[in-house]
Amino acid sequence: MGLFSSNRAVWLGLILAFAAIPLIPGIPDFWITLWDYIGLYSLVAIGLVLLTGVGGMTSFGQAAFCGFGAYTTAVLTSQFGFSPWLTLPFSLATTGLAAFLLGLVTVRLSGHFLPLGTIAWGISIYYLFGNIEVLGRYDGISGLPPFTFFGHSLIDARAIFYLIWLCVLLAVILSLNLLDSRMGRAVRALRGGSQAAESFGVNIPRVKLVVFVYAALLAGLSGWLYAHMQRAVSPSPFGINAGIEYLLMAVLGGSGYVLGGVLGATIVIVLKDHLQNILPKLIGADGNFETIVFGILMVAVLQLSRNGLWPLVQRLLPKPAEKTVDESAPALALRTMPERGALLLEVAKARKQFGGLVAVNDVSFAVKAGEIVGLIGPNGAGKSTTFNLLTGVLAATSGSIRYRGEDIAGLKAEAIAARGIARTFQHVKLVGSMSLLENVAIGAHLRSGAGVLGSMLRLDRTDEARLLREAARQLTRVGLGAHLHKPAASLALGQQRIAEIARALCLDPALLLLDEPAAGLRFAEKQQLAELLSQLRSEGMSVLLVEHDMDFVMKLTNHLVVLDFGEKIAEGSPAEISVNPVVLEAYLGGVE
Amino acid sequence: MNATIALYLAQDGIINGAIYALLGVTLVLVFAVTRVIFVPQGEFVAWGALTLAALDAGSVPGTAWLLVVMGIAATVLDTLRQSKTITLHAIGGMVVKDIALPVLLLLAVQAIAPGKPALWISVLLTLALIIPMGPLVYRLAFQPLADATVLTLFIAAIGVHFALIGLGLVFFGAEGFRTTPFIAETFRVGVLAIKGQSLAVLGVTAMLLAGLYLFFERTMLGKALRATAVNRLGARLVGIPVRSTGRIAFALAAAIGALSGMLIGSLTTIYYDSGFLIGLKGFVAAIAAGLASYPLTVMAALGVGLLEAFSAFFASAFKEVIVFSIIIPLLIWRSLKAPHSDEEEE
Repeated sequence: MGLFSSNRAVWLGLILAFAAIPLIPGIPDFWITLWDYIGLYSLVAIGLVLLTGVGGMTSFGQAAFCGFGAYTTAVLTSQFGFSPWLTLPFSLATTGLAAFLLGLVTVRLSGHFLPLGTIAWGISIYYLFGNIEVLGRYDGISGLPPFTFFGHSLIDARAIFYLIWLCVLLAVILSLNLLDSRMGRAVRALRGGSQAAESFGVNIPRVKLVVFVYAALLAGLSGWLYAHMQRAVSPSPFGINAGIEYLLMAVLGGSGYVLGGVLGATIVIVLKDHLQNILPKLIGADGNFETIVFGILMVAVLQLSRNGLWPLVQRLLPKPAEKTVDESAPALALRTMPERGALLLEVAKARKQFGGLVAVNDVSFAVKAGEIVGLIGPNGAGKSTTFNLLTGVLAATSGSIRYRGEDIAGLKAEAIAARGIARTFQHVKLVGSMSLLENVAIGAHLRSGAGVLGSMLRLDRTDEARLLREAARQLTRVGLGAHLHKPAASLALGQQRIAEIARALCLDPALLLLDEPAAGLRFAEKQQLAELLSQLRSEGMSVLLVEHDMDFVMKLTNHLVVLDFGEKIAEGSPAEISVNPVVLEAYLGGVE
Repeated sequence: MNATIALYLAQDGIINGAIYALLGVTLVLVFAVTRVIFVPQGEFVAWGALTLAALDAGSVPGTAWLLVVMGIAATVLDTLRQSKTITLHAIGGMVVKDIALPVLLLLAVQAIAPGKPALWISVLLTLALIIPMGPLVYRLAFQPLADATVLTLFIAAIGVHFALIGLGLVFFGAEGFRTTPFIAETFRVGVLAIKGQSLAVLGVTAMLLAGLYLFFERTMLGKALRATAVNRLGARLVGIPVRSTGRIAFALAAAIGALSGMLIGSLTTIYYDSGFLIGLKGFVAAIAAGLASYPLTVMAALGVGLLEAFSAFFASAFKEVIVFSIIIPLLIWRSLKAPHSDEEEE
């Protein structure tokens, strides 16, 4: 991240050196053509990096999206006489629309159904291209016009080189910008952190769809360029094998890194060119024997270096600078807090049944503004399920949950977050590879409206600075100010729990739901946490707390609700609860 | 279209559907036990048919050589991977089992093949050559990735498919082959001509499905596989070796793949890359059943077979488009049925 903001000179130098390659006398045309292809494939691979490596969705159908871009411009230029330049919006529109419709169906599916679906459409679109009369069936469409530039036609490999690589450069910059933004964090949270992101207002299906369409658009762009470089289209480059090769590029290069896509494309194309010369001679027959090497390579990379080869290259490059937090950025707007003592949350006969099992059985309790309420009970009492009902992760079977006078039972997690209820998780849900600062900034997702396009074009910087400043402020407040730029996974579990509290505070909540925040903390850390919570209470925040450490709970809370086997067995002040015989029996067993 | 054509198409559809059912059931099985979405299943189908065809023609099939190569690769890699802990005894075991046996098999095939062996001997030889490849593929590609996500395993499976397709081209060439049918006679029932091979397909499929059912319901090994499918950690805790259940699942996949290939080899011409599409149609069925239910997979597979047969009649050019596009509405249906996608693994 921030690749282009720092070390600008180094990168500019690398780019200029690369741009000079075609000008070097004596470099054979053939090499330049190879680089042209690498550029075309890089575009697709960059999209896949975002989709697979960052977003955790896999597609074997990217070649089909190239086909949409290529065939659109082929039909428009050959049959309707359009200039190649003018067809770009149409190529992108058809690709985008196809991706949008396919994505609408598939991105909601979990894990492996998406790639399976992409294989199926990858195959069926190939046969579709090959059987439609207008598209020239399996022969395709030939005799397409080349690009022209001020009267020069870009037929020459050296001429189109610049057009292709300009597109690659733009794709890299836009992709890096996107990842380094509010929406980018949401995309990066798709892998392993989507439930947490959802409870801070990230609309997960929409984010998935956005990445999916963006990856397809890059493929469509590649197809558009390809059509006028080859000046012909036919179904075979858009079939399933090409789709698999694109994925190989992303895996090989390093599927979490934008530039890994370019690296992967380079390796695959160069290797393919060599193998196609050597292998048939070695074996003594014609055929696509390179698939043997590619297949083995794919498995070997997954076995030996699951993050691909880019991390190895990255070591040779200057280190990207750490994110800076602009302390002077204006603070984010604050929510109007409810008046102290007002009824904030009112749960009435909330019930959750899983088949025959009643996990939460008609539980009622209330939380007043400016109180810390403890929800306690033995394991399996229904505490976490109650949390999930309150935050919209699960829908209540019956009963009502009123928050600031409004019934929120049945609302989605995002909608509940928008109303000012923030939570932490019993099992920490941070994105391990992302810095603590960025993890926590996801908490403030709803406090900015920066969109995808704005982020790509860097129009979001004021907003972004405010979000990061808020994240840094909350982290400092919970005592993690020294670890802002460390990857979340490098912290101790107790610290990760505290980071989750900072993330929840970033939402600017009126009600904070904490699921076992003190678990795994040392004594001193527990004391600090208790101080922090008391301080929040004095500022008017309300807290609902699930916790097993009775000492911690008794000292801190104003009111306790005790659950056992899904039912509320008692409630009252800590002093009352500590002598309540029913509670003692639930915890310690009956007194015979 | 008249009744005769409809009956003929239905027969065709059911035969293909039976093959897809076998493959679909195996895919569900392999996925459940190992979490691998085993795309290369199709390659075993093609290799089964092509190996039988080679033996039919009196030549030594490439798979006999390939098995030796794979055995050597597995021995070397397993030794390297566990170089610190492996015992000489274990290496010796692998040399005997993975190298010496395949070499013996190769020598046997070289001795038997030129005499154009009887069909049943060819079938047994084919099975002997293909079945060990299943566990070998598992050891080479998937065992080191056992802790990886479904997605990673899937990508690896695609890599294996790519490699095997290329190897198929090396060992069998680009030419297509047909095999001798198990039952050459054709029976007439009213207007309908029923190929004996069709009956063989249905009979073998029914027997295999029944066999699988008994294996999973009645045998300890079958129950161990099911236990692994339900909960890998739990299975390990009660002492089921998860690695060998993976190998067994892959051996079953190879066996069923090779048998399917030998069954359809006489009904359609098989090329080195024909298996991919055949296997994927098994997938369409498996997906329709949510990669979970065996009986639903069989029903869906028959549906895929019928859809294919009838679309081949009405819109032959778009046959594949129709069969593979059906997956989109199926996925919509799946996504409506399970609207809450569970938290993905990392």
